[in-house]
Amino acid sequence: MDIKLDTAPKIVEPTLYELSSPGRVGVDFPDPDVPRAKLPDALLREKLPLPELSEVDVVRHFVKLSTFNYSVDSGFYPLGSCTMKYNPKINEDTARLPGFVALHPLQPIETTQGALVLMYQLQEWLKEISGFDALTLQPAAGAHGEFTGVSMMRAYHRDRGDMKRNKMLVPDSAHGTNPATSAMTGLKVVEIPSDERGNVDLGALRAEADDTLVGMMLTNPNTLGLFDEHVEEICKIVHNAGGLMYGDGANMNAMLGITKMADLGFDVMHYNLHKTFSTPHGGGGPGSGPVGATAALADFLPAPIVDIVEEEADGLPPLYGLVTPAKTIGRIKAFHGHFGVLVRAFTYIAMHGPDGLRNVSEYAVLNANYLLARLRDTYHVPYDRTCMHEFVAEGRWKDAPDIHALDVAKRLMDYGFHPPTNYFPLIVHEALMVEPTETENKDTLDAFADAMIKIAEEAHTNPELLHDAPHAENTPFGRLDEVKAAKDLILCCWLPENYSEQEQ
Amino acid sequence: MTYIPHSPKERDEMLATIGVEKLEDLFQAIPAAHRYPALNLPAALTEMEAATELREIAESNETTNELLSFLGAGVYNHYIPAAIDHILQRGEFYTAYTPYQPEISQGTLQAIFEYQSMMAQLTGMDVANASHYDGATAVAEAVNMALAQFRGKRKRIVMSQGVHPQYRATTDTYTQFSGLEIVSTESSLGTPDALMELIDENTALVIVQYPDFFGRLYDYTKLAEAAHAVKALFCVVANPIALGLLKPPGEMGADMVVGEGQPLGIPLSYGGPYLGYFTTRSKYVRKMAGRLVGESVDSRGQRAFVLTLTPREQHIKRERATSNICSNQGLLVLAAGIYMSLLGKTGMRHVAELCYHKAHYAAEQIAQLPGFELCNAEPFFHEFTVSCPEPVADINAHLLEHGILGGYDLGQDYPDMENRMLIAVTEKITKDEIDTFVAILGEVNHGH
Ligand SMILES: Cc1ncc(COP(=O)(O)O)c(C=O)c1O
Repeated sequence: MDIKLDTAPKIVEPTLYELSSPGRVGVDFPDPDVPRAKLPDALLREKLPLPELSEVDVVRHFVKLSTFNYSVDSGFYPLGSCTMKYNPKINEDTARLPGFVALHPLQPIETTQGALVLMYQLQEWLKEISGFDALTLQPAAGAHGEFTGVSMMRAYHRDRGDMKRNKMLVPDSAHGTNPATSAMTGLKVVEIPSDERGNVDLGALRAEADDTLVGMMLTNPNTLGLFDEHVEEICKIVHNAGGLMYGDGANMNAMLGITKMADLGFDVMHYNLHKTFSTPHGGGGPGSGPVGATAALADFLPAPIVDIVEEEADGLPPLYGLVTPAKTIGRIKAFHGHFGVLVRAFTYIAMHGPDGLRNVSEYAVLNANYLLARLRDTYHVPYDRTCMHEFVAEGRWKDAPDIHALDVAKRLMDYGFHPPTNYFPLIVHEALMVEPTETENKDTLDAFADAMIKIAEEAHTNPELLHDAPHAENTPFGRLDEVKAAKDLILCCWLPENYSEQEQ
Repeated sequence: MTYIPHSPKERDEMLATIGVEKLEDLFQAIPAAHRYPALNLPAALTEMEAATELREIAESNETTNELLSFLGAGVYNHYIPAAIDHILQRGEFYTAYTPYQPEISQGTLQAIFEYQSMMAQLTGMDVANASHYDGATAVAEAVNMALAQFRGKRKRIVMSQGVHPQYRATTDTYTQFSGLEIVSTESSLGTPDALMELIDENTALVIVQYPDFFGRLYDYTKLAEAAHAVKALFCVVANPIALGLLKPPGEMGADMVVGEGQPLGIPLSYGGPYLGYFTTRSKYVRKMAGRLVGESVDSRGQRAFVLTLTPREQHIKRERATSNICSNQGLLVLAAGIYMSLLGKTGMRHVAELCYHKAHYAAEQIAQLPGFELCNAEPFFHEFTVSCPEPVADINAHLLEHGILGGYDLGQDYPDMENRMLIAVTEKITKDEIDTFVAILGEVNHGH
């Protein structure tokens, strides 16, 4: 959208730079209690043009900014593929226990046994949940887990002296990180189409399953929210060609206690702790993407992983430590993973147990199918069968030609909801990908369905309501001029030019 | 069912609307032989029980609260102002997703924009992105960006051994299938002049650390010129706290300044989550990976911010994206932004000076101990290397008996640096604590 302005834009909340005033400081530090050493004159900086603010300035500024955000704590957030479930408050407390936050990652293991036991337990639990033999907690997010797993697959083939394999199969419904990861590890990406039921097209898969195959990356349930009805057959075809199956575990919220990915034939898979195991998304991160692997791939896991380094003996507990797998791909980041995120996921699993986890998936799937049932007569659902934790509808109607999924999404904000995902998966036109999660009650789901149905009606009777959405009485900001942002490329701000003159 | 709100009646109503009888009916697509596997996990704890169990686990660690710590090596124990965590704990920030819907995400977007600004000015660069996972992956992405700059035609990276060993190891993992050659000086303590000799026409990137892993400070201007003479890129891995005092790499000719943002108000937390920061010159912005926030206006004539240049990213470009990164370190970006705004230009310099003076005091005291020798002939910032009369592991075991976490054992990563300890001193350490540390180190040489 191109917005013409006659006047300078209105400033809703000034930047830290605009709030800055010479001489203010938000936190004091003591004078040195040691003699001052000589500073290295030639290496000192002349200017440090950072803002100057008091603590109250800073707190008010960020609190004001926080009021501009929509969040899980403020309302329903059915953002498909992201599993925006409620983030339990106890997890925030346990992750902040002084015994965890004040630990340096390079301390001797004798002083960090608590942290290591927790990590070891979490490894064991995550292995059990999907049936894998080994697991690393090091990856920082889902995409980082993909990079880890795909590197392991390449290392596995290299170790067998099988150097001609350079091809990764990726379904056309896959998330962008899957092809991007394959390319990052130097592989050729071949896209496999989906069939009319939303499964991988087996004919197309067979045609590509040759001896140049590194393997296939498959999300299951897939990004249409559907469990692939031929998943075992797919794994067999890839294995028969000598390839390996990578599981993108972004959608594990539908699978806890329902089935184990390793039993279906997956060789390596990442979890998203920031989706399935309720760790908060933090406005973009941090995530955590542990990777599980079968015995055949275990030796290739990144270093380090947590293991028992001295067995329990003479009444002494076992000693936990960090070990390097025999044929490791190496290190994929510094230290041992997003420990603070791991504590949250550990707390969550401990509070659910086997039955609680199965309930999570059952109710996530119940909620999605309930919304699907309530909306399928109003919104076209191109692959319409029992869904798992999410489904994908189309935000378009033949008799409302000017309306796009984006307009439906923006109008939902007027009704107080966060919109569904609406640019993905690419194989559905004008996709609206709805993932309610298990933590929402029936009242909320009904209110959302009512709003969606109302919006569909508005799309036909009063389309401007959708085009102009969101409206000023409902959201603090309107639609953004993205073209201007990309054209002007203003990527940072500075102190005003006359700033130092303000100094006395 | 702690976080599942359904009553049995509601559940049954929903099942009826769907048109099935029971929850099991929804899972018919799963192969029957593999449906409902037993999960061998401990039975569920209530919140009260979990709180106790987690507290007990946490208390079984010995932390830097109880131990006096001189351990740094890339992770530093700085004071964290109280306001930071209070702001981070606002659900509006930490329970939001990536700000893809700018109308209802301006809080996150403006906070990232301000972080980008402060980071660019601290490093002396033009633009910062909205983060990588940590310092190590930021370095690996810098290497990838340099390779892309030359479309894979240049295959040589000159990397100082003074770059953090774990960052170098991570880079090796990232590049192991790319046919790249990463070269360095033979000696662990190679100088910028020695690195200069390794630069050739096939070099895509020269990369050094500031202060380097051993604490040494160099002006890299000449090295940057040597890199630019063959059109190679020049990247500096910098400690952001040091930049409160020291000449920023942007003024030395760096094309990229990247590193670990943990020192900016982020707790040790046993290694993460931290913050990979990444800055570069305007002319390379389209080659840079990661999210970027730009300024624009909304339909109401208000200044507002939005994710921009997204066509570089995986969700648009797929296999042609600059990187596969999606989730980043959003909440840690917020922490670093709050830290820099609370300290401001005065506080950032003050903390840096405190670190500098205290580290120099500690170094002088240790240098006077028989058997110990300060290895830093060059200027250093808040970390320095000493050679010890005994294996570092033995000394550290002795220190630990006295409640002290000794420095990092450099022999673990550098075969030519046996018996060398890397010691970090931040503003949190008092003179008395340094004196205690030195006194106990002094016992070492007399045998114990
Ligand atoms: C299906 C799928 N795969 C991978 C990812 C990437 O995960 P992350 O953002 O943790 O890197 C996502 C994230 O939304 C996803 O939905």
